[in-house]
Amino acid sequence: MDFDLNTEQEMIRKEVRKFAEKEVAPVAMALDEQEAFSPELTKKMGDIGLFGMFVPEEYGGQELDYISYIIAVEEIARVDGSQAATIAAGNSLGIGPINYFGTKRQKEKYLPTLCTGKGLWGFGLTEPTAGSDAGASKTAAIQDGKEWVLNGSKIFITNAACELSMGVTVQAITGHKENGRPEYTCFLVEQGTPGYKALPMHGKMMWRASNTAELYFDDVRIPEENVLGKPGEGFHQMLSTLDGGRLSIAAMGLGGAQGAYEAALKYAKERVQFGKPISRFQAIAFKLADAATELECARNLLYKACWLRSKKRPFQKEAAMAKVYCSELMGRIADNAVQIHGGYGLMKEYNVERFFRDQKLLDIGEGTSEIQRLVISRYIGC
Amino acid sequence: MEILVCVKRVPDTSENEIEVNSDGTDIERDDLVYSVNEWDNYAVEEAIQIKDKVGGSVTVVTVGDEESEEVLRREMAMGADNGILLEDDAFEGSDGKGIAAILKAAVEKGNYDLILTGAQADDGAAQVGGMLAAMLDLPYASLVNFIDVSDDKKLKVGREIEGGNQEMNEIELPCVLSIQTGINEPRYVGIRGIRKVASVEIPTHGASDLGLGADAVGAGAAKVKRLDYFVPELGEGAEMLEGSTEEKVAKLIELLKAKGGIK
Ligand SMILES: Cc1cc2nc3c(=O)[nH]c(=O)nc-3n(C[C@H](O)[C@H](O)[C@H](O)COP(=O)(O)OP(=O)(O)OC[C@H]3O[C@@H](n4cnc5c(N)ncnc54)[C@H](O)[C@@H]3O)c2cc1C
Repeated sequence: MDFDLNTEQEMIRKEVRKFAEKEVAPVAMALDEQEAFSPELTKKMGDIGLFGMFVPEEYGGQELDYISYIIAVEEIARVDGSQAATIAAGNSLGIGPINYFGTKRQKEKYLPTLCTGKGLWGFGLTEPTAGSDAGASKTAAIQDGKEWVLNGSKIFITNAACELSMGVTVQAITGHKENGRPEYTCFLVEQGTPGYKALPMHGKMMWRASNTAELYFDDVRIPEENVLGKPGEGFHQMLSTLDGGRLSIAAMGLGGAQGAYEAALKYAKERVQFGKPISRFQAIAFKLADAATELECARNLLYKACWLRSKKRPFQKEAAMAKVYCSELMGRIADNAVQIHGGYGLMKEYNVERFFRDQKLLDIGEGTSEIQRLVISRYIGC
Repeated sequence: MEILVCVKRVPDTSENEIEVNSDGTDIERDDLVYSVNEWDNYAVEEAIQIKDKVGGSVTVVTVGDEESEEVLRREMAMGADNGILLEDDAFEGSDGKGIAAILKAAVEKGNYDLILTGAQADDGAAQVGGMLAAMLDLPYASLVNFIDVSDDKKLKVGREIEGGNQEMNEIELPCVLSIQTGINEPRYVGIRGIRKVASVEIPTHGASDLGLGADAVGAGAAKVKRLDYFVPELGEGAEMLEGSTEEKVAKLIELLKAKGGIK
């Protein structure tokens, strides 16, 4: 067994951390307050190579292993959830499906720009009537000669309606199998295609500097060459994308938990009450000791899941476990971090307030905690 | 232009709380995060910018141990072409003059037009640059905050002088310059750069490779020795302000007004 990260992974952690502290930390609070997506910051993240980390070099990517990518997400999330969301969704949901299932032509057309961070791509699965129950989706496409005609709508789609959005991968029903079940196909819908509308959603409690969109498709005509991979493969593509996506959400949980823990530890050592730092009171110290212990567990679980994935071994069960554990861990730690900050923890001036809000999405996005437990319980034979 | 930049691995003051150890001989080094010395990082950025303008190469060199390799690798990920690690048990305990002697030997093994150091190190005494220049018998400018390459014989260098004033000099190549922070905006190390250098071999030179006798370097040759490390006692009249930043600022203004510092 070898728990050491390699030189490359160590360097990535250190340099992404430095970048996050110098470029993301100073603006995170204001972007959250203004509920503003920042194209400038996204491009800066692109400049240091945070998009396309697992994409081959020939398509403009960095061709790294999955753990390196997960470490980068973790380090951005340690400072800010919104920017980590832009990165995690940009890579796992935007770039991922095109990279893994796209034709050579599709990869050549989209990936080089997406890998610079100058363009973003969304992944549209969720619909108003189909959240956890993705099978209940209604968006559908009908073939018409060399084109497909797409109708329907999507909701809560990350990175799909900002200045940098170039398009979205949309899952739609394109027929039915013999057993009556719907057959799905994914389409690459470019921004500006007639009949396609992407509207930003406002009033979020969390990830306020990440772009979230509602999408409408009204007789949108899509050329045949924009079918992702082959027709009928949409369901499998979606499941596989979500398996990878779970790891990046887990990385956001782990990074956010680490950030909240560090803030709480620092504050507890500085804040003096009853004549000594509050970190010397057992009630506070034990909260921090538990946080440190659970962080260790969470990191080992997540890296193990990534390790399985990079060895091309089954990792779906471990990915679901890492997703639910890391997400809920950030919940516990952010809660305690606010508690340790007392009244100040409730003020926007302190980062833990934002961490506390940002965490809640992690229990819900890319498969709720309930759905993760459902997945795990099936794997263990319940 | 062939440029050599001398860099040092130091405890990162933004990542650590630096504390003196219990017997006062050193700082507490367990769990410290180390980085490249900030001034050196500006020097490397300046070297890369000069190379990008006029061609040539940038080599980074450090005197240290195995772990110091990480700062060479980092500066190479940033854009330096080569790294050299100067490592030998005989180097341990060198004072500033010893370090300068080791670096001098490394400079003489190469063929450099320009040698840069940081103006000082977080944990240093701002002495190596000047001593190195003297030992090499080369012209030297300290606290350099501007460099313009005039031709392959001369540079124009700006220096910060007392009271925020600026001075401009012409200096002949080859020369040694010690670089002040703020001379440029050091770039971030990108992931592509990291990939390029993560597994390159970095050559190591020891005392015999450099032709250095044990009497010239190391603890035996050191004529400056640290006696003690301590945090000074709070003096009379020193007052630590407490509270949030805003409270501290408010108190500070109040005090300044009360004592006639501002009107
Ligand atoms: C900020 C944000 C960004 C998002 N980004 C994207 C994106 O980029 N692309 C995308 O496609 N989607 C995205 N989503 C959508 C997200 O994946 C869904 O919100 C999520 O899957 C849950 O669906 P729902 O909101 O419809 O909740 P529902 O499915 O309606 O769930 C409501 C509650 O019922 C529970 N529940 C449902 N079914 C079961 C069951 N069988 N057993 C037990 N409990 C159950 C759930 O766990 C939950 O607690 C995003 C959401 C948000 C908020």
